[in-house]
Amino acid sequence: MLNRREMLSHSAQVAALLATTGLLPQVAFANYNTAAFDVKTMADLIKILGGSAPTESRDVTISGPDIAENGAVVPVGVSTALPGVKKLLLLVEKNPSVLSAMFDVSDAVDANFSTRVKMGQSSNVYAVAMMGDGKVLYAQKEVKVTLGGCGG
Amino acid sequence: MADPMRIRAQMAGDKATVRVLMNHEMETGLRKDAGGRAIPAWYIQDVTAQLNGRPVLTVQWGPSVSKNPFLQFSVKGAKAGDKIAVTWKDNKGESRTDEATVS
Repeated sequence: MLNRREMLSHSAQVAALLATTGLLPQVAFANYNTAAFDVKTMADLIKILGGSAPTESRDVTISGPDIAENGAVVPVGVSTALPGVKKLLLLVEKNPSVLSAMFDVSDAVDANFSTRVKMGQSSNVYAVAMMGDGKVLYAQKEVKVTLGGCGG
Repeated sequence: MADPMRIRAQMAGDKATVRVLMNHEMETGLRKDAGGRAIPAWYIQDVTAQLNGRPVLTVQWGPSVSKNPFLQFSVKGAKAGDKIAVTWKDNKGESRTDEATVS
């Protein structure tokens, strides 16, 4: 019997194998991190991405509405002014999968992104900054949703 | 073929603010249709941006990004007349690239 974590790491290995043998279509894209987009909690996510324990930081900001009338379209922004940030993640705690978006920060862009996400219910949203030195910093904000965005 | 994106790139100081509006269903795979069958997942997984052909940004998205997704980012060192190209690729392997000029 495989548990969930083994299952995930197996599928990652298989994906890696497929990628090396050229069975997957290789375009100019980074390999899609299926495992990261499947996890349910921030702790598991950081484990998969290989960071240290996350700490709350005032240098990371998350912007969004206090109350979202329509959970299908919630505008959120993540940013940090810190140098040396590698990735910015956008998380919605109570969604079926916690990770919404993962931004790879390069020298050519600001660590400041905005997008819109779906939220099934009122929840905390997180901006997580993964730094070049392995530190993981985050900021959180509660967004209340009056109409969920994941129902049919 | 998917509908075109709307891209606006405007200079703000020494950076170009790029706003992208894509046309995509962003189906999560969790919803059910009227007959109770699950609607298969169909969403954008990768978004990349290029400034004059040089990659500047890679983004990975999950299915929880809204339908017809919006993305805003700033490119350092851009100037008016530069070309910003944005490409997305979804989980069915379909992709689309559109280009805009920085103004």
